[in-house]
Amino acid sequence: MNFARSHILVCGGTGCTSSQSPKIMEEFEVQLAKRGLSDEAKVILTGCFGLCALGPIVVVYPEGAFYSNVKVSDVAEIVEEHILKGRIVERLLYHEKKSNEIVHSLNDTEFYKKQKRIALRNCGVINPENIDEYIAFDGYQALATCLTERTPQEVIDIISASGLRGRGGAGFPTGTKWSFAAREKGPVKYVCCNADEGDPGAFMDRSVLEGDPHSVIEAMAIAGYAIGASQGYIYVRAEYPIAVKRLQIAIDQAKEYGFLGEHIFDTDFSFDLEIRLGAGAFVCGEETALMTSIEGHRGEPRPRPPYPAVKGLFGKPTILNNVETLANIPWILQNGPEKFAEMGTEKSKGTKVFALGGKITNTGLVEIPMGTTLREIVEDIGGGVPNGKKFKAAQTGGPSGGCIPASLIDTPIDYESLAQIGSMMGSGGLIIMDEDNCMVDIARFFLDFTVDESCGKCAPCRIGTRRLREILDKIVSGKGTMEDLDLLEELCYHLKSNSLCALGQTAPNPVLSTLRYFRDEYEAHVKEHRCPAGVCKALLHYVIDPEKCKGCTACSRVCPVDAISGEVKKAHVIDTDKCIKCGACIEKCRFDAIKKQ
Amino acid sequence: MKSIAELKEIREQMQSRINMRKEEDEGIRVVVGMATCGIAAGARPVLATFVDEIGRRNLQDVTVSQTGCIGVCRLEPIVEIYEPGKEKVTYVKMDPEKAARVVSEHLVNHRVVEEYTIGAAE
Repeated sequence: MNFARSHILVCGGTGCTSSQSPKIMEEFEVQLAKRGLSDEAKVILTGCFGLCALGPIVVVYPEGAFYSNVKVSDVAEIVEEHILKGRIVERLLYHEKKSNEIVHSLNDTEFYKKQKRIALRNCGVINPENIDEYIAFDGYQALATCLTERTPQEVIDIISASGLRGRGGAGFPTGTKWSFAAREKGPVKYVCCNADEGDPGAFMDRSVLEGDPHSVIEAMAIAGYAIGASQGYIYVRAEYPIAVKRLQIAIDQAKEYGFLGEHIFDTDFSFDLEIRLGAGAFVCGEETALMTSIEGHRGEPRPRPPYPAVKGLFGKPTILNNVETLANIPWILQNGPEKFAEMGTEKSKGTKVFALGGKITNTGLVEIPMGTTLREIVEDIGGGVPNGKKFKAAQTGGPSGGCIPASLIDTPIDYESLAQIGSMMGSGGLIIMDEDNCMVDIARFFLDFTVDESCGKCAPCRIGTRRLREILDKIVSGKGTMEDLDLLEELCYHLKSNSLCALGQTAPNPVLSTLRYFRDEYEAHVKEHRCPAGVCKALLHYVIDPEKCKGCTACSRVCPVDAISGEVKKAHVIDTDKCIKCGACIEKCRFDAIKKQ
Repeated sequence: MKSIAELKEIREQMQSRINMRKEEDEGIRVVVGMATCGIAAGARPVLATFVDEIGRRNLQDVTVSQTGCIGVCRLEPIVEIYEPGKEKVTYVKMDPEKAARVVSEHLVNHRVVEEYTIGAAE
């Protein structure tokens, strides 16, 4: 790559790719060529910037101008005005939601200001398909230093000192995990990367793999050196085609440069890496099921102990680390464990990446220092709940996690605080809910997921999740009793204590935490046969306000089951027995006279 | 297979290519006036010369960008050079030959080419 005065970075993450970013890149090339600027400005594919809600994203350096919602038709204007004449196209710049201020640079946005990007340090900055760019941002330096200047034990000590804990959700100290595997006898040991990201709404790992695959490869080689392994596997779900492709390109480049293979940096250390594709079973994100799947068997968990560090993949000592955990490793070794430990809280060091979704203005990917409060994430970084609605709860940890109610919005986000209030860190899905979400319905949604994804090996999970869902079905259809609530709770504790793996042990969490914080909603469903949020269809009634009804007959004409009757110019009435709650009448009514109750 | 020395070499070579994307951008900024007046007076070949020369010499920590009309259109093409901790230098009535000399004297050897500056022209 020659020197170019301007770099046009186009997001190639999955979100932006699905909103036409490849076409935008092509158009940039065409427009630059048309004006003879192809040598002066380079178009560069990059990973996720985080503000997925505003995609496709284009950032132009050296100004760092941050363009959002870019369309193919806008490209000519950006080239003509910005690249040729040096005038930033204000129209396409990011507008701050609160102040409506126009923001020129990415780092000045409210969304970025409170973030601290460690695991995502290269996402949206480098071209993930070019190993030289990774090297320019200090890539493979940590591996070189480890192999030539440090003993395996020293590497483990640095990771331990940093206080890094597993980012997959459970939060086990990474250095400790490595030291367990290191003290086992070789010669054959394995390093595995868990990239089987399965929580609904979570896409942190995907973004790291798409935006900075080399950081994971480098970290795995370092892990191999630390524990004495010479073979690694990345287990990634086949539903992430872009991540798989970039990972394969990165592995091939690393092999070509000799950062993977025999005698890396002329030392005695050799390390090879292969990708294994998961076929989409949620349970394969559980470590023992993941290893069973790599071995070529059906992905089912097995009891622990023995732990993988003792007897893991193919019966050999194995470490499994999550993608985000690994992405932190080269940074820690380059910058020192103290610098990492400076961030975060006493027991939770560093940063955590969250995929922000649901009822929030800035849907996307954020990385925050541990200990940041939920309020800061929702209100400052996330830009608040849209449409003037009120924040009701946040769901962390997907189907294994729980809800944080509005009353606990000032809870600092770290492993201990979240566990204390009955939720969990989880892998990083953070779903925001407003007053229109029914908490019973949310619990049932997650149980639906675990019922589908339970592998069926152990009875508590296979049968227990189904029974839980049956009770919830009863409640949302208005047929539940108060005894059902007690039964629900009791069954939850049975599942927690008797299931074989984490899938079953954590499956009741969404139910337990909603029962804990939103018991009034459950009781409203049972006692009053009412859904306060107006979600559960069976409990809804459509009624016409006789004050507002003008008797125009529009509703009775559109009703497919003839449930609405009344004379012209007189208030109409809905027969709730006949009504199928299709909502057609509400859409037709011009006087806002029909309400859901 | 790459040795550590080669890794270092790639890193250094790449530095000048990606520097503009680093957060702590403390390098030299070359800003060329590229409004209608600047372009009409010949700013494009001046800009191109800066880009070529900087690339050829593999200079670190230098970015080239454009700006709008500085206000003294009669002195275009105007080039301003910002160095951290130093006063901004404004060169006027530039052409490609002058640009090449500014690169070698100012950007490489940190000697201001007095005769091209706005003070000398006025």
